Amino acid sequence: MSDTLVPFDDVLASYDPALGLEVHVELNTVTKMFCGCPTEFGAEPNTQVCPTCLGLPGSMPVVNGKAVESAVRIGLALNCRIAEWCRFARKNYFYPDMPKNFQTSQYDEPIAFDGFMDVDVDGETFRVEIERAHMEEDTGKSTHIGGATGRIHGADYSLVDYNRAGIPLIEIVTKPIVGAGAKAPEVARAYVAQLRDLIVALGVSDARMEQGSIRADVNLSLAPKVSTGSTTKPVLGTRTETKNVNSLRSVERAVRYEMSRHAAILDAGEKVLQETRHWHEDTGITTSGREKSDAEDYRYFPEPDLVPVAPSREWVEELRATLPENPTAQRARLQAEWGFSDLEMRDTVGAGALALVEETVAAGSSPQAARKWWLGELARRANDTDTAIDALGVTAADVAAVQALVDAGTINDKLARSVFEGLYAGEGTPEEIVAARGLEIVSDEGALSAAVDKAIAANPDVADKIRDGKVAAAGALIGAVMKEMRGQADAGRVRELILAKLS
Amino acid sequence: MSAVDWTRRTAADLADALASGEVTSVELTQAHLDRIAAVDGDATAGVHAFLHVDAEGALATARESDERRAAGNPLHPLDGVPIAVKDVVVTEGMPTTAGSKILEGWVPPYDATVVRRIKAAGLPILGKTNMDEFAMGSSTEHSAYGPTRNPWDQTRIPGGSGGGSAAAVAAYEAPLAIGTDTGGSIRQPGAVTGTVGVKPTYGAVSRYGLIALANSLDQAGPVTRTVLDAALLQELIGGHDPLDSTSVDQELPSLVDAARQGASGDLSGVRIGVVTEMSGEGWQPGVMARFQESVDLLVKAGAEVVEVSCPTFVHALATYYLILPAECSSNLAKFDAMRYGLRVVPEGNPSAEDVMKATRDAGFGDEVKRRIILGTYALSSGYYDAYYGQAQKVRTLISRDFEAAFDKVDVLVSPTAPTTAFELGEKLDDPLAMYLNDLATIPANLAGVPGISVPAGLADEDGLPVGFQVLAPALADDRCYRVGAALEALLAAEWGGPLLDKAPDLDKLDHREGDR
Repeated sequence: MSDTLVPFDDVLASYDPALGLEVHVELNTVTKMFCGCPTEFGAEPNTQVCPTCLGLPGSMPVVNGKAVESAVRIGLALNCRIAEWCRFARKNYFYPDMPKNFQTSQYDEPIAFDGFMDVDVDGETFRVEIERAHMEEDTGKSTHIGGATGRIHGADYSLVDYNRAGIPLIEIVTKPIVGAGAKAPEVARAYVAQLRDLIVALGVSDARMEQGSIRADVNLSLAPKVSTGSTTKPVLGTRTETKNVNSLRSVERAVRYEMSRHAAILDAGEKVLQETRHWHEDTGITTSGREKSDAEDYRYFPEPDLVPVAPSREWVEELRATLPENPTAQRARLQAEWGFSDLEMRDTVGAGALALVEETVAAGSSPQAARKWWLGELARRANDTDTAIDALGVTAADVAAVQALVDAGTINDKLARSVFEGLYAGEGTPEEIVAARGLEIVSDEGALSAAVDKAIAANPDVADKIRDGKVAAAGALIGAVMKEMRGQADAGRVRELILAKLS
Repeated sequence: MSAVDWTRRTAADLADALASGEVTSVELTQAHLDRIAAVDGDATAGVHAFLHVDAEGALATARESDERRAAGNPLHPLDGVPIAVKDVVVTEGMPTTAGSKILEGWVPPYDATVVRRIKAAGLPILGKTNMDEFAMGSSTEHSAYGPTRNPWDQTRIPGGSGGGSAAAVAAYEAPLAIGTDTGGSIRQPGAVTGTVGVKPTYGAVSRYGLIALANSLDQAGPVTRTVLDAALLQELIGGHDPLDSTSVDQELPSLVDAARQGASGDLSGVRIGVVTEMSGEGWQPGVMARFQESVDLLVKAGAEVVEVSCPTFVHALATYYLILPAECSSNLAKFDAMRYGLRVVPEGNPSAEDVMKATRDAGFGDEVKRRIILGTYALSSGYYDAYYGQAQKVRTLISRDFEAAFDKVDVLVSPTAPTTAFELGEKLDDPLAMYLNDLATIPANLAGVPGISVPAGLADEDGLPVGFQVLAPALADDRCYRVGAALEALLAAEWGGPLLDKAPDLDKLDHREGDR
């Protein structure tokens, strides 16, 4: 069932892509959207539930004021207009993880609408227009047991955890993004990355894609290429919606994949099926989900158990005053503060590591050291393991702690890599890992001295060269000593000892 | 049996008797449990007002109440006065079915706000009363557990959907009961059983814990034998509830004071409007006769009576039967066998969807299915504007008719229902005829205004009770109580006692063993 694909460059020769992104942001409110249950992630299944979020007969929702506040702040940060009066609506469909078999959402009266975000890709700015941002509740989480696919069809049975049911979500929907051409995959990624940065800056969500607190649905369609200068308005092609793309890298890959897949279908003279697609992180492909025809009818109607939400203009202005600086301005400021070159800054942003570097610096590391780890060791690890860089199990505080150990001379850069190995494996804090793995640099002069003597004895030719004044030859002896010490020595001190002994 | 039959007394009297130490709550509660055992029967015979009787729980509460009183610490004037609760209201630890097979055996883990307030005031809950399935009906015949019978004539319907609560009160099985009224389910049963029923202003009583029929129309309220008792009960259960966003955050004028004021029989200066559209063809002559006599009495009491036209009321029924099914089609979606209630698992290797289908097919009755289908259709894309959207517009017009009328008069009056109690089975196969019973009660739900039904006498044709309805502007529930109490007092003076004194004595059923 593998799809026929057209090479990416060939897609662009014949088609213009149109993107549409729907991003769900799980808010970090203490309680759920419509009840007082806690929202903490990772609790035992079905322990954070009550009559309302279980949808028991007779229960009623009450709107979480903090969630409305977060929604308004997100809307304002996205340059949206804020509704003076809006209602919740019921989206009716049956699914076992939906306690009421309708989702309380917003339909034609979103809390925020008509905004935009300027997205930087390689120094070029794309304006992404925001259609709306609305409030809704999350569903429960189904786990399908048995069967081959982990999907509901073919499963022996399914378990549902309603802890997630009723967690407040903000869904942010873009207008169709056209004109990105070859940069469409990067624009999609940069938009989600920048949106995530904004959400982090607003402090309204944990914004952890790997935990699903930010989930992106990627809509893509292709239209026949319109020649430059043509006045014909481009017509959007049939779209597919790839659900739950849960890392920045995957957003880019999913767009790329769907562009190649659509092009192959269109090249063959066939029609793209309007449907939901599932993204497979492991294989990097999408597969068909349920067919999503326009006939799918959610029978929306205003939620009669809730009164309208009417944020006063005064309150909206108060909230506007609490907004953090916008990411573009913030980027310029950080670049100046950190003294990064344009290239360094672009790489940092491109790797999705801006916030991580900022947090690492805030945790006490130098900007260059923070950048070195995130864009070096950690970016490599992310790439090798196909994991989002913020999902490696390594926090900014960890990186700062590792660098502090290096600065203190407890470990060196090479040993630091072992510390990161330990962090990936969840062996504890950097300090604990250094202790447990015995990574501390040996500062015992006796042991060092013995190792130096041993290396000199084993390499008489090299020793002679150094005695003759060829100091550069010391490197070979340093290597031998470090090997003997299993890397746990301060190379500078070793060099000093060698030169002292051979002078 | 003691010389005094405590079941015949009003709740206000019982409160006094408890306060004076003339009787204990345990005695009162036991008297009502005995009465239930004697007349309630089951699906095949007797009044069948109750679906569940909690003798043990009620007596335990009564004992606690007596201890509090003995210590001089009653929680409320009605502390210790027993009450029955309609089975659509959730009760922690007590089965709650809403009259449906799909909830058979479900025991809620929480209390409705109304129940919480009843418990906080110390009233023993006798049990849960019968009703049309999910409150859909006007006869209680749509209960999945068999019909309730009218204590006036056991071949007749007790009204609906709250026939159980009304019949329980009429048959002296309980002095007080809780009902819910979406299109008349408190008032119409009150009318046909000769009891008092009040639908408060929308939002005046919390809906938290009421199994929703139509959220924008539902309202819980008192079912009693006197207007004063209803006022006492509404004051107990009413008031703002943070768990119900739609509940009114505003204090109502004293209802008990209004009832007492009305009982003086003086209505000087009160302007009363008789609704033109709530009479005419299809209205039983005996109903109209008693209604007219009542109006004449109000005039004698000093009220100024005029005729008021509310032209959009003729569209109320059609409007109601679009809005209600739409809301209920969505509300009832949760009954899917996944979390609670009935679960029917078809043969073979069924999917979750197959289980949902089979359960809903087996668990819902025909009337419920009918309304789910109607509502699903009314909300469907392409039909929404023509049906649900249009109905909401008409609803606004109906509210405006009320507003215009209340510019001219203080209250509006009409017969509560077009006919007296019809025979069991008579309209069961004719949904439209059944729906027509709520012609006079539905406009108040659509506009959210309060209404009361008080007994107005017996129709000449069949000797069955007729109800008189008083409607007031939103938040002016006190006006319903004042005018209702005045009519009650004036009629009692004419009859030499309450209407229920004319009801036939009920046969005592053989004592039946069992958990009821």
